Amino acid sequence: MASISRRARVRAEVASWNPGQIWQPPTRAQRWYDGAFRRLCFTFAAFTILLIAWLVLEIAFRAVPAFRQYGLGFIYSTTWDPNKAQYGILPEIWGTLYTSLLAVVIGSAFGVAAAIFLSERYLGEAVFKGLKFFNLHLHPIWGKLPDRLELLLKNLIELLAAVPSVVYGLWGLFVIIPMIRPACNWLHEQFGWFPLFSTTLSGPGVLPAVFVLSIMILPTITAISRDALVSVPPKLRMAAYGLGATRWETILGVLLPTASRGIFGGIVLGFGRALGETMALAMLVGNANRLTVSLFSPANTLAALLANNFPEASPKDIPVLMYAAVVLLAITLVVNIFGALVLERAAGKAEAK
Amino acid sequence: MSENSISSKQELIPAQDSPVPDPLEGVNFGELELSLYRPRTLFSVILSWVVAAMTFLALIPLFAVLWMLIWRGGQRLSVALFTQLPPAPLEQGGGFGNAIIGTLIMVGLAGLISVPVGILTGVFLAQAKDSKLAGTVRFAAKVLTGFPSILAGVFAYGAVVLATGGFSAVAGAIALSILMLPTIILTSESAIAMVPAKMKEASIGMGATGAQTVWMVLLPTAMPGILTGIMLAVARAAGETAPLLFTALFSNYWLASNGRVDLMQPTASLAVLIYNFSGMPFANQVELAWAGALVLVLIVLIFNLIGQSLSHPQIHQQ
Repeated sequence: MASISRRARVRAEVASWNPGQIWQPPTRAQRWYDGAFRRLCFTFAAFTILLIAWLVLEIAFRAVPAFRQYGLGFIYSTTWDPNKAQYGILPEIWGTLYTSLLAVVIGSAFGVAAAIFLSERYLGEAVFKGLKFFNLHLHPIWGKLPDRLELLLKNLIELLAAVPSVVYGLWGLFVIIPMIRPACNWLHEQFGWFPLFSTTLSGPGVLPAVFVLSIMILPTITAISRDALVSVPPKLRMAAYGLGATRWETILGVLLPTASRGIFGGIVLGFGRALGETMALAMLVGNANRLTVSLFSPANTLAALLANNFPEASPKDIPVLMYAAVVLLAITLVVNIFGALVLERAAGKAEAK
Repeated sequence: MSENSISSKQELIPAQDSPVPDPLEGVNFGELELSLYRPRTLFSVILSWVVAAMTFLALIPLFAVLWMLIWRGGQRLSVALFTQLPPAPLEQGGGFGNAIIGTLIMVGLAGLISVPVGILTGVFLAQAKDSKLAGTVRFAAKVLTGFPSILAGVFAYGAVVLATGGFSAVAGAIALSILMLPTIILTSESAIAMVPAKMKEASIGMGATGAQTVWMVLLPTAMPGILTGIMLAVARAAGETAPLLFTALFSNYWLASNGRVDLMQPTASLAVLIYNFSGMPFANQVELAWAGALVLVLIVLIFNLIGQSLSHPQIHQQ
């Protein structure tokens, strides 16, 4: 009803138009506006590229004094003592890479598993079987239930990334650390000779940081891996089933190899995210200038170093911190550009098929 | 059951003395049976359960965090939280009214910068799809999505705080807008690209200029998708702490003094309040940090849910 009356209204309006008024070429003002609008869009697009250049140059130029003073020694020396004006960030670089790598190992195991679970329609299948068991299948009221539950699960995984990192930090500080401490200290007592367990967990440390970090990068890996798995041509899967492969022979032999580029790209981007993650690490890693492989020892990362020192930095500290920021920028840009290139090539290959 | 089917199959193909070898010779039919006693099948079923278990295990932290927030943050939830200023050390009570307002103002300002730039860049990308500049911009936006939030803060510190001589809400907003920009660009582009080509062609065929087509056809049709992007960007920006730590800093006072809002002074935000108070040795502050985390997560989740519901209109309409 509503649409009919709307149509009648539109028809009446069109009938009232004066043809001479609408059937005319664009006025000079309209053409000028069109040109201006195009140029504005172009300018904003170009601005995005300039923005990246500006970001890099702004940080790099502010780091020049520190670069002149400390040179490359800044990267491989280990003392951080503002009183003696001695600065080195090797422990922070090591801490950043170490925590991120561990987080990527855990995060990608769970992330790819979740991507397989979500792309294989396990949940929908289970719900459908359940409905069928009660003879309830194909009813309009719950016919959409399998799809909706799959969507809900996918959105829940995405919500893991929506929780702010400072909240994860708070949770890690007051829930995770007290929870894992007895187990960690038991491990240290029993297997203290093993380098990973060579210290006790007295509070913040590498393990709680890695734990929270892997939760935070999991949704990135899951989302990208799931996209890659879903875009595998269905005929490949059908062919594998047709040859008599079981579901997991298909997944391991056909789907994962075909989607491997996309999954790898997702893992690289997850790694990039872990490298730049700040708050959860600043709260959980312990901020100790220490080169360590122990999971229970406090350590530090580049991002946490910046977060802790910038707010009350004196003018002479700023170039040093900017230098550390340049190192972090270089590492993350390389990893992110590499990840984006891998994904772009994966998408190009999928299109070419 | 499977025993029967296999034996009947073997009867169907009688052995012949033909030169053509029997294709089924040497095939162990028992091995093809779908039974949990077969290692192949068992392996498949076990891995399926492992994957299911890992997926639900991965979701436990989400619910654990939400449960802790409701349990520990919910105790302190009251009107006073939203109307009072943060307490001094050892002081009881208090709230974080100024931090909520600070967060809203900075996210709003960041949106004012990044929404127009982001949408129009998205329009450019969708319209000049295959141009070299579009390819570069798209790549730049993808690289920016993974840009560490703390470096956006470092940039704003250098470009705004050092240039203007002080911590301010504006510096915080500029840092946040850099983080919002790529999300808005990429979602607007894909939303506009999904508008049916015939609508665009009809508009151009009727004599509309490019700008008229964009404003009257493309943007209204792509609006749900664009709004999703904005909501997700706002949700992300509201929860960001690192870029605000040393751009907006923190403040224990209201942003407006003597009836005037001064955006060039240090500004409180919920995220920084949680960070600062979580490290304090006072029970009252820690409780406030939990309550602040609850409020922050509610804000972020609401924006996320709005965004997600807008992005699947076809499912929600049915």
